[in-house]
Amino acid sequence: MAFNAAKMSDALTRNKIEVPSGIGDGVLLDVFQGFVHELRAAGLPVSMTENLDAMRAVEIVPLSDRESLREVLAATLVKHFRHRSAFDTVFDVYFALHSGGVNPEEDAGRGEVGDAEENGGVPGQQGSGGSGEGVSNEEIAEMLLAALMSMDRDQLRELAAMAVSRFAGMEPGRPVGGTYYLYRTLRQLDYEALTGRMMQRAAEQVLDGETDSPDAPESLEARFQREEYEARLREFRDLVEAEIRKRLVADRGVEAMARTLRKPLPEDVDFMHASREEMAQLQKAIEPLTRALAARLAQRRKHRNRGQLDFRATVRHSLSYGGVPAEPRFKNPRVSKPEIMVVADISGSVASFARFTLQFVYAMAGQFSKVRSWVFIDGIDEVTNFFAESDEISEAIHRVNTEADVVWVDGHSDYGHAFEVFHDRHLSEVTSKTSIILLGDARNNYHASQAWVLKELRQKARRLFWLNPEPRGYWDTGDSIVSDYGVHCDGTYECRNLRQLERFVTAVIEA
Amino acid sequence: MAERFSSVQEVVDRLRSVDYLSDTGIAGVVYLADRLEKPILVEGPAGVGKTELAKAVAAVTGSRLIRLQCYEGLDESKALYEWNYKKQLLRIQADREHETDWAVVESDIFSESFLLTRPLLEAIRCEEPIVLLIDEVDRVEVETEALLLEVLSDFQVSIPELGTIVGKQRPIVILTSNNTRELSEALKRRCLYLHIDYPELEREKEIVRVRVPEIDEALAEQIAQVVRSLRSLDIKKAPSISETIDWARTLLLLGHGAVDQEVIADTLHVLLKYQGDIAKAKKELVTEGKSILRGTESGKTL
Ligand SMILES: Nc1ncnc2c1ncn2[C@@H]1O[C@H](COP(=O)(O)OP(=O)(O)O)[C@@H](O)[C@H]1O
Ligand SMILES: [Mg+2]
Repeated sequence: MAFNAAKMSDALTRNKIEVPSGIGDGVLLDVFQGFVHELRAAGLPVSMTENLDAMRAVEIVPLSDRESLREVLAATLVKHFRHRSAFDTVFDVYFALHSGGVNPEEDAGRGEVGDAEENGGVPGQQGSGGSGEGVSNEEIAEMLLAALMSMDRDQLRELAAMAVSRFAGMEPGRPVGGTYYLYRTLRQLDYEALTGRMMQRAAEQVLDGETDSPDAPESLEARFQREEYEARLREFRDLVEAEIRKRLVADRGVEAMARTLRKPLPEDVDFMHASREEMAQLQKAIEPLTRALAARLAQRRKHRNRGQLDFRATVRHSLSYGGVPAEPRFKNPRVSKPEIMVVADISGSVASFARFTLQFVYAMAGQFSKVRSWVFIDGIDEVTNFFAESDEISEAIHRVNTEADVVWVDGHSDYGHAFEVFHDRHLSEVTSKTSIILLGDARNNYHASQAWVLKELRQKARRLFWLNPEPRGYWDTGDSIVSDYGVHCDGTYECRNLRQLERFVTAVIEA
Repeated sequence: MAERFSSVQEVVDRLRSVDYLSDTGIAGVVYLADRLEKPILVEGPAGVGKTELAKAVAAVTGSRLIRLQCYEGLDESKALYEWNYKKQLLRIQADREHETDWAVVESDIFSESFLLTRPLLEAIRCEEPIVLLIDEVDRVEVETEALLLEVLSDFQVSIPELGTIVGKQRPIVILTSNNTRELSEALKRRCLYLHIDYPELEREKEIVRVRVPEIDEALAEQIAQVVRSLRSLDIKKAPSISETIDWARTLLLLGHGAVDQEVIADTLHVLLKYQGDIAKAKKELVTEGKSILRGTESGKTL
């Protein structure tokens, strides 16, 4: 199925999008500008230059080559790998393939639809979007299994279309993104059980029919087989999803559909509300940031490559140039042993933030050996070793949660007390090479702030930063006393998503 | 300038002819870079073929590869040009005896023969076709990045003592980054962007076969499967393509025609660099007392 301007205009007309009467390039231009507009709306920073580059790219690659078109457009418009997935969603909506709409059967007169039945061909072999009437659900299941076993992609695409027609129960005009339809279709196909059925089918195909006994540990070959089947099933799932979107686009029009599918970019996902999957993604992004941050804080001076001029060595060396000091010699800069201290609130009010906090601490500790960490509620405890000794963050977090002694009186935040204890135990260890990062919302339950501790810390330490997970608008409201502490810091930063964390790291690096 | 490629597919095919296996993403950007005369910024983890791409593109276009390897502290004098300060001093020194007119000396010591040409200037001056590779650009400081941006914008340089030198061609320029830091928006806007990730199983298998031709198909498949499996684990450093290839060579050297749990246990350190990762992978893949892989004769690893 090729993408072309005529079909596009056809699709646009059916989708009730207003297009100028001249078809062809004019339409394409409109689609294209709509596409870029939507990318911007989704948060991608597309500049004027990039927009022009993309227009030139479209002229260079034939529209019929949809995958190449996708890649060249991405190359001009997406400059961060985190944005690629948002781009792909918008691309799929705007450069959707020709489709029969939400209810192809009822949509009389639409060409491709229902070809399979009319031609009396084997359903699933031709046409698209037909529900394969006359084929039982069991037969569909069997065809699907066979197609997955041989990884027949064309067949899978047909089956995806058939399954959506039959099982999704799509209704025109409903403002949904399609997840519900996807879920329904997959459930009817017993998607979750398919890996198992494929494994079983494979075992039957092998001559000896040998299978692992269910409680034996998974053999290597079984593992690879499972992973292969899971990969194939993901591909099939994507086909079903694409089919659903295609129909939704036909039903509701590109713009409405794109709007429905809009999601925050990864850097704007709130740490507090991130899903498991999003958090895993974030973790990967946090890694390089903490590396950069640790490297910067570990540096003694910004340009510390050369030490002072070593006059005597320069003169001595100049003798080989007939007395010309041709090669200045430098003293080796003195090696410093910088240290980073991270002190984090893990009380109830920042519970959902603590997951990020600990991830941050974990990543920092992994970068740089001289990172020490503390957690506190109303009591405070050093947890450096939990991070140093754990290979996995989950293990470290578990130990923090079960072993750290952070409750002093009642387990309600008391920054003042925690800071005082920190002062008594560790002030002597803070030196001019120490950078301190505090994380918390500064909601102190109206206890004494003991802000003087920070004042003293700052005097001794090299730098002192405060990261606050609360939106800036909430600072200093209720029992939040960020400013009482903030005045003693080198900077207070709102830090509730990746973008803000990046901003903090950049600020530190460029300072 | 005549175009170097006539279609995306042609890029794929020609890169393959020099044993570089691309995909639509990689080939599409190369094709576009040639047409739009814009540099490519390639990002991705270490060992996924970023540097190799530049070499392959140079090879298939019959160009010389000029490489600027970036490092922390790289500055203009190492990237662009530098006056040969030692030679100049010696020249001045030698002149003291002859008492030559200073103006003569000055114009002499700021002439071509006292100039040290660095990769960027070399690229600008080059008459023959070249591919300019600016490797691991994320390692330079922001100031040097700005310099690179400037050079890439006009492909010319002005040396106060010598005047402006304008590039005679628009070579294919490839910048790579291992993503250790964010590059500036300005640089990104100037470039086409390509993110190379770990390859899909099929491509990786093919890469193993072209890079280590002695390996048969069944073993290549097993290798790719093990690597895919490892990458799905939650580990610190996933194996890259170069590690996959190293591992394939190791297996060959040790005479292993197939992969089993024992083989994996013995050679895992080639694929994984951290002790913690190795321990975890062993726990996952090498289960105590399980038999070796069966049924590989059929060519399928089922
Ligand atoms: N697409 C590919 N086709 C063939 N070989 C590849 C490919 N990608 C990577 N390699 C192999 O992996 C090695 C490492 O690649 P390299 O370009 O040095 O990685 P990077 O620059 O991304 O760190 C190369 O020397 C090459 O042997
Ligand atoms: Mg490299």
